[in-house]
Amino acid sequence: MTLVARTLALFLLVLALTAGVAALSDWPRARLLPEGAAALTVTFTHSGARVAECRRLTQAEMARLPPNMRRPDACPRGRVALWLELDLDGAPLLRESLPPTGLSGDGPSQIYRRIALPAREHVIAVRLRDSRRSEGFDHTAEHRVALSPGQNLVVDFRASTGFIIR
Amino acid sequence: MGGLRRLLARCFDAVERPIDRLVGPSLNPFAHLGALGFFHFWIVAVSGIYLFIFFDTGIERAYESVEYLTLAHWYHAGVMRSLHRYASDLMVVFALTHLLREFARDRYRGTRWFSWFTGMPVLWLLFISGITGYWLVWDALAQYVAIISSELLDRLGIFGEPIARNFVSTGTLTSRFFTLLVFLHVAVPLFLLFLMWVHILRISRPKVNPPRALAGTSLGALLVVSLFRPALSQGPANLARLPADIGLDWFYLPLYPLADAVSHDAVWGILVVATVVIGAMPWLPPLRRAPAAVVDLAHCNGCARCAEDCPYEAIRLVPRTDGLPFPTEAKVNPSLCVSCGICVGSCPSSTPFRRTEELHTGIDLPELSLRSLRERAHAISAGLEGPTRIMVLGCERGAAGARKSTDTLMVPCVGMIPPPLIDYILSRDLADAVLLAGCAESDCYHRLGIDWTRQRIARERDPYLRSRVPRDRLRTLWASRFERGRLEAALDAARREIPPLGQKGGAP
Repeated sequence: MTLVARTLALFLLVLALTAGVAALSDWPRARLLPEGAAALTVTFTHSGARVAECRRLTQAEMARLPPNMRRPDACPRGRVALWLELDLDGAPLLRESLPPTGLSGDGPSQIYRRIALPAREHVIAVRLRDSRRSEGFDHTAEHRVALSPGQNLVVDFRASTGFIIR
Repeated sequence: MGGLRRLLARCFDAVERPIDRLVGPSLNPFAHLGALGFFHFWIVAVSGIYLFIFFDTGIERAYESVEYLTLAHWYHAGVMRSLHRYASDLMVVFALTHLLREFARDRYRGTRWFSWFTGMPVLWLLFISGITGYWLVWDALAQYVAIISSELLDRLGIFGEPIARNFVSTGTLTSRFFTLLVFLHVAVPLFLLFLMWVHILRISRPKVNPPRALAGTSLGALLVVSLFRPALSQGPANLARLPADIGLDWFYLPLYPLADAVSHDAVWGILVVATVVIGAMPWLPPLRRAPAAVVDLAHCNGCARCAEDCPYEAIRLVPRTDGLPFPTEAKVNPSLCVSCGICVGSCPSSTPFRRTEELHTGIDLPELSLRSLRERAHAISAGLEGPTRIMVLGCERGAAGARKSTDTLMVPCVGMIPPPLIDYILSRDLADAVLLAGCAESDCYHRLGIDWTRQRIARERDPYLRSRVPRDRLRTLWASRFERGRLEAALDAARREIPPLGQKGGAP
């Protein structure tokens, strides 16, 4: 083969490789959600109550502390685990204990769950316990929503406002 | 492991040899995978810098700026975007093929462990560079990449707050996050380049530039594809919705669908296991090394040819230690030496004509000395038959190694054969002709053995093959171990075309 023919063959070879790579750079297609589905994303970070009440230090205990560290209250670092329940159309979808983060268990509890749902009307009820009590809930919300395909419904929570479903 | 290597080697051979014949071994892309990786890195770097001129790092403007450069300025910035995208994809193709090919050729154990091992972080950084790049476009694919990537990172449990929360609604994402991504997309490739340099540190004469014809055709092909199939965005990201149907880049994101379909832990499991297993492969099992080359100072004048020719940088010149009137002497680093014998072939003292009682040379292999080569040549000569006696001087990694015939003087690499040995075989009538049989031309196991042999025969590189050696009685064949048929054909042709010299030679 002549040099020109070899170079042309090389060009065609490299062109075929590059074209193949370009084709595979966006094909075959992938789906994040099944056809006709919507998504429910439950995500928040929130600190539960302390594992025990703060108590006032006695005068003797205060006296034993260095002057710059004297505070009237002694509070335990640890936080209780949150208990979260979420019902979809009256049926339980999530029942989850959310432990505090951090080595000493004093960080906020967190959750991030992404769940695919059929795209139609749903009733979402969500309940959260963040205190030391063992029964009942401190925050509740219920929301009726019509989900369209591809929609991402977010269940968030803030201590100041409670549940935010958007 | 050995069976898998042989299977892969056969597959590579089945693809590479026809390409050798089509475009010539010197332009075969498989012979330049590493260099092509470097070449495409530079294309990505230059096109990336160009795109950065037009790119707006704000969360609201990122997508618009990419659309503007892609559509309004398609003839320069749009082409640059496509070059950036496709060259990045090709880098992955070349890097993974390079990894598989080095595994198939068993070029990852022994002293080559360093390049293999440092290739792992190169791969990681290559993927991280590409993935951060996809975020910047902030289209539907970027949103998909952002969601899955952040969910994967959150599984590590090292962030105070799930970073996936940034991508659940518009209000949670800020331009500052984009600034961080831009920084990562610049810093990670820079570190990648540094590690690519480390990757080739222990390689003598590393090829970081492909031949001009290959570089030119690669760039030309990229331009053609960029013009006819430009890289496009997939609609703006919309955090109120999830990107349901995505055109995925399967080179950078092949595991992302798995994260969603199976679990994020499965993806991490695959990545960790693959990294550990691939990283540990040079020792699974370790390569049995023949003893390293040994310098005989009494016959070394520090000429530096062995250090020049060693493909592994295993030989250095150091100040003389034995009092002989030469400034330097050769010193072998046994941890880098693979006993390929190329240094023996390069040493001017490696001449079998010497009449000393014990044949010595300046540098020699303890398990395959020059003396033993001469003795074997005599032994093989005694068994040669036929009107034209042909002695094969063959590389154990090539067709001769697979053929294992009694007419073959086997060496670890054809580069080990000192030119005077060819002269000796023909002038002492040990054979009527010599056939030098090395690895496939574009695939020399020791990288430089074929080059040095050719240059020595052509009298372009010391030590030269003497002019008196009849070139018509010397044949060369570069054929892989799967091309035994070519070796037999070359022998048949030599028997037909080369007349007998005369009687067989005597003892040394």
